[in-house]
Amino acid sequence: MTEAVIIGVGLHPFGRFPGKPALDMGADAVRLALTDAGVNWPQIQGGYIGSYEVANPDAIVGRLGLTGVPLRGVFNGCATAGTAVALAARAIETGEHDLTIAIGLDKHPRGAFAADPSVAGIPSWYGQTGLFLTTHFFGMKINRYMHEHGISHETLARVASKNFRNAARNEKAWRRTPLSPEEILASPVLNYPLRQFMYCGPNEGAAAIVMCRADQAHKYTGKPVRVRSTALRSRRLGAFEVQSPSFPVGEPVDSPSVDASRAAYESAGIGPEDVDVAQLQDTDAGSEIIHMAENGLCKDGEQERLITEGATEIGGRLPVNTDGGLLGNGEPIGASGLRQIHEIVLQLRGAAGARQIPGTPRVGYTHLYGAPGASAVTILST
Amino acid sequence: MTTTQRPVAEGLFTWPPAAAPLRLIGSECRVCGLVSFPAAATCVRCASDESKERLLADRGTLWTYTTQNFRPPSPPYDGPEAFEPYAVGYIELPGELLIEARLTEPDPDKLRIGQTMLLTLVPYTVRDDGTEIVTFAFAPVEESTHAEQEAS
Repeated sequence: MTEAVIIGVGLHPFGRFPGKPALDMGADAVRLALTDAGVNWPQIQGGYIGSYEVANPDAIVGRLGLTGVPLRGVFNGCATAGTAVALAARAIETGEHDLTIAIGLDKHPRGAFAADPSVAGIPSWYGQTGLFLTTHFFGMKINRYMHEHGISHETLARVASKNFRNAARNEKAWRRTPLSPEEILASPVLNYPLRQFMYCGPNEGAAAIVMCRADQAHKYTGKPVRVRSTALRSRRLGAFEVQSPSFPVGEPVDSPSVDASRAAYESAGIGPEDVDVAQLQDTDAGSEIIHMAENGLCKDGEQERLITEGATEIGGRLPVNTDGGLLGNGEPIGASGLRQIHEIVLQLRGAAGARQIPGTPRVGYTHLYGAPGASAVTILST
Repeated sequence: MTTTQRPVAEGLFTWPPAAAPLRLIGSECRVCGLVSFPAAATCVRCASDESKERLLADRGTLWTYTTQNFRPPSPPYDGPEAFEPYAVGYIELPGELLIEARLTEPDPDKLRIGQTMLLTLVPYTVRDDGTEIVTFAFAPVEESTHAEQEAS
């Protein structure tokens, strides 16, 4: 089986762009990725595109060129972009296409997501009585985790502060004003123990990734980034997951992040100890802390010391969310995971500018988690 | 003045309150025994479609909790416009399941993982015609009362 490599990345800034349709942001991201790869749109043989708000994201071909290319819409909650990347890579690995694209775009209204619980297979009373909020899950999961593993409120604030500090070095990030841990701890509690500046916000943006067969990469770039593995897992019975009116008692069951992470490491032949830089789903500061352990990058409870010591900073032993993560960039659902991969590609090329991690990073890791309990992991290397 | 009360949904808990002790209505798979709430026609463990009603325990322990300090988006939330923060948690009903519910105590400093919680009903909103809409919630059991009960 041939290997897929990334030869081009494109990112439309994340933020708010009144009057600019999501499809236009997506087309801009595609053009940037094509230029980066040195290919033209008609050369693209197939692709996958994800969005939550746009019913037919494949309509983007009307802005890029009606070449007849098969462009398939995908949606998998917050794991949408991970799914698009996995499928675009798979199309190359199986020999279906030589040159593919993964695209994500979204344009969310302000504020927390609101939806009819029935779309998630949940009864109406759950929403009527004020239980149908994803933020509840994040508050409750980190509250339990802090109780079991000795994580402090200060550490929550340090994580958020780090991500805003990293975003300040990223011209395409949304929240670029650094905030101190003290300022973050002084912001209002939204869902105990999580405060306003510990949460990401839904917003707007787009990203695209061009891939080709590894044996043809020399035609386009001297620095291809290898797609070593992709893995997607959904929740198993007994795991504590978002939007669950109840779940069974018994021995704890691993989250789909643990399952996807293990599968991705095994398939890549790469271990957590080899990871030089990671992008983890930081819907909130607590999630980043939990996801460090769920992705094998540390043991449960080690985060308190690692974060205090600065291990997850850009200059640290294991930089996490170097571009500001979701906290700094916000979350256009369809594009979020492609932003993560964009950042890893820049870091592995040594082209991340003011936020470039030191040394010669070889292995990068990305992780998504979202409703109703789906995780996607991608492992990349030079 | 008498106030009319109505449950937020049928089949969620025993109703009317005077008729029987308050209990949540779950289900139990006849094949593998998995307990579900709300009651489920099919089993998510063994895929059987044979289930029977099971009234759940009215007492458990607080497994985790959070607070809701801003008014959730409406719809789907249909609580009163004048928003009062509330708390939400998972209560472990031993041997049955962990259940998500509103908590009667909104102050996180007065909640504690592991504390005993008792099922109750709360009128969480009022319709234009004055009807109170009732949902289930869990209330902390006073530690001293609990200790006395344990001792007796």
